[in-house]
Amino acid sequence: MASLLNPHRPPVFCPGCSHDRSVRGLDRALQEMGLKADEVVIVSDIGCSGLFDTFFQTHAFHGLHGRALTYAAGIKLSRPDLKVIVTMGDGGLGIGGAHLLAACRRNLDLTLLVLNNFNFGMTGGQFSCTTPEQSSVASGFLNALERPMDLCTVAASAGAPFVTRASVYQKDLSRLIVEAVSFDGFSVVDLWSICPARYLKRNPISPKDIERAMAKLPVFHGPVATNARNEYGRNYRQKSGRQTVDPDWKGVDKLYEPPVKERRELVLLGSAGERVITAGHLLAGAAVLAGMRVTQKNDYNITVMRGPSVTELIISPGPITYTGVEQPDVVIGLSQEGVNRGRDLFERMTSWGRVFSTMGVEIPATSAQILEVDLKAARIKKKERALAMLSILARTGDPLTGQMLTRALEQTFHGKRLTEALDVLQRAATLPGFQEKP
Amino acid sequence: MGVLFVDGNQAVAMGAIYAGCTFFAAYPITPASTLLEAMLKALPARGGIVLQGEDEIASIGYCLGASMAGMKTMTATSGPGVSLYSENVSFAIAGEIPIVIVNVMRQGPSTGSATRGADGDIQFMRWGCSGGLPLIVLAPTDVRDCFTLTVHAFNLAERFRCPVFLASNKEIGMTYETLDMDTVEKPPLIDRASHTSGSFLPFQVDTGQDVPAFLAIGGPTLVRQTSSTHGPDGYITADPSLIQVGVERLQRKIEAKVSSFTYYDLQEMKDARILLVAYGITARAARAAAEVLFRDRGTPSSLLVLKTLWPVPERVLLTAAEKVDRVLVLEMNLGQYVYEVRRVLAAKRVDFYGKMSGQLITPAEIVREVLRG
Repeated sequence: MASLLNPHRPPVFCPGCSHDRSVRGLDRALQEMGLKADEVVIVSDIGCSGLFDTFFQTHAFHGLHGRALTYAAGIKLSRPDLKVIVTMGDGGLGIGGAHLLAACRRNLDLTLLVLNNFNFGMTGGQFSCTTPEQSSVASGFLNALERPMDLCTVAASAGAPFVTRASVYQKDLSRLIVEAVSFDGFSVVDLWSICPARYLKRNPISPKDIERAMAKLPVFHGPVATNARNEYGRNYRQKSGRQTVDPDWKGVDKLYEPPVKERRELVLLGSAGERVITAGHLLAGAAVLAGMRVTQKNDYNITVMRGPSVTELIISPGPITYTGVEQPDVVIGLSQEGVNRGRDLFERMTSWGRVFSTMGVEIPATSAQILEVDLKAARIKKKERALAMLSILARTGDPLTGQMLTRALEQTFHGKRLTEALDVLQRAATLPGFQEKP
Repeated sequence: MGVLFVDGNQAVAMGAIYAGCTFFAAYPITPASTLLEAMLKALPARGGIVLQGEDEIASIGYCLGASMAGMKTMTATSGPGVSLYSENVSFAIAGEIPIVIVNVMRQGPSTGSATRGADGDIQFMRWGCSGGLPLIVLAPTDVRDCFTLTVHAFNLAERFRCPVFLASNKEIGMTYETLDMDTVEKPPLIDRASHTSGSFLPFQVDTGQDVPAFLAIGGPTLVRQTSSTHGPDGYITADPSLIQVGVERLQRKIEAKVSSFTYYDLQEMKDARILLVAYGITARAARAAAEVLFRDRGTPSSLLVLKTLWPVPERVLLTAAEKVDRVLVLEMNLGQYVYEVRRVLAAKRVDFYGKMSGQLITPAEIVREVLRG
């Protein structure tokens, strides 16, 4: 096959730069594999490694510093048939560390060539995450304080199934790259290189020194047996192909005439774990069955199982503008912390308003009628409180009926969860409610 | 089709699926995580791809790669994540990569309050990345808008090859509402224009055009994408004239066309001396306030609800404010978009009322501000 080097843009690295060997090694590898220009994408990072995409006449993507692996993954998942090769320096490796770990864990079929020359060449020779402590670089004494990172060990421990460490001066460089690119999964090649413009000036090292330094580190040569597994993209397509379309976003048709045709504002004041938001959904679901419009605005703390939980519902025959509750018709007070969170609501209620409160919860001064319910008398557990109160509310027929609530439950829950919910309704039926309206 | 009961984030997911979104990546963050959840339920089963990124930088990066491979992509986050998107947003502007970015805003600054709403990123979305070139920001007020504006956002991203923000808010994204899909506007879909014949340069525009024709990475014609300052060929350039022409085109391609995508509701009332200007969730309180003012106080007020925030729809603002003496801008922040309104309506009295406590601005507060005179 022909060279994939760009005839219009020959490699222009500093004289003596070992990146030239990497470019030619990669080109030879692509030729040996018989790859055509339109089958290859070079995704390059920032710095000298960021010039690679211009030297090849292939598809090319040159993005932000450290993020090359992310673009490459997006391309590969969209076009699994392409060979996607990422070139990155030790700078990109450091700043994009999270992406390296993710790529190793994920095992998408990409090849990462890290052109590791132990410093930031383009910006003045500062230290990188691979600079040895004893090196003299442009970062003063700072590099002496930080340990260099062994890319290969990190990649292998993060799950990379193919890791190779090599010197760019090795004669078999292109063969090593062929192995990496041919590998069915994420392959990492740590290519030890020399930067003549910056690093070499203060740290006279030779290819032999690189060989000696490499010999002191664990050997990585291709497949990492303990990390062998299926490639991510193929796994993804297999698993996603088995998903069912859910939700199907099919709506609910009107089943009932609304028991009241006026707008109603309702608030449930409770705590996390009382299924306040779920009860709000059920109430909304019942109203939707009667063809009403509904908004449900929720308020809770970021702590999942602690803190107040408040849900505000507006049920209206017409459009709803403002979603906040201003003057509630119904307040259900389940817990003290919930009631405290919504304490301003009570003084705004009129004598038509109704408050349902759990026994022992102190309700602020209000003109509304209050019904204190002893939920424990019906063995109602914490997580059942909100639903039990809904069923007592439904007995008033405003804004929902027991029939609407049961239907909403049947739409929402199935199997054991539905049985349990219906059982809550039965137990709650033994509790006293508001006096029937005359 | 019956009536759905969904939150704004689910309605965005529905809009995205309708618009042909095939790739979604995001990092979980309240109050945007129910959108990740909705996309994960909806997209893979329809043959698309959903990724949970290792962070927000990765999430938008996955989308940019996928978009260049021809996918319609979307990501979603909240303020802290938008901060991390910044560098890739300017890349999407520079590289002309279509992407829809949903920002479900929460109370800031900084980590702020995860479960409290705000509109604190209105200037940030426009100016929060290097270079200062324009992008598009659309702001929904309810679940219907979440669907329709998401479709518009995809269409605009495709048409102009640029990032488009959907400026949602916890109070929209996580508030559930009834949604009757039979009555929801479903705009016709637009795909990015493909290069069809002749030699191809990735950033070359045809005469009279400002948006380069697209070819995906991976086709028979080689495609280059670059974040570096480039000429039409997609190679880095230092030629000042090419650079100037390039950035002016990036500005013009969006700003010159704003009238073709200015979405708004103008509710004019006879004899109104005041114009309320609002967007997002606050627009709904403003609508309620205008009703109360007229019904209970006999005070007519007009209301302009802006759904295209950036570029600033100057003509609509000028026309809407023509007949009034006073403009009142309402925002869930300490005053951001009011700067644009004051710039455009320099000769008018423009007042501001805002709140940034995690609570909605109420109709009563707006009524009070109007009557303050």
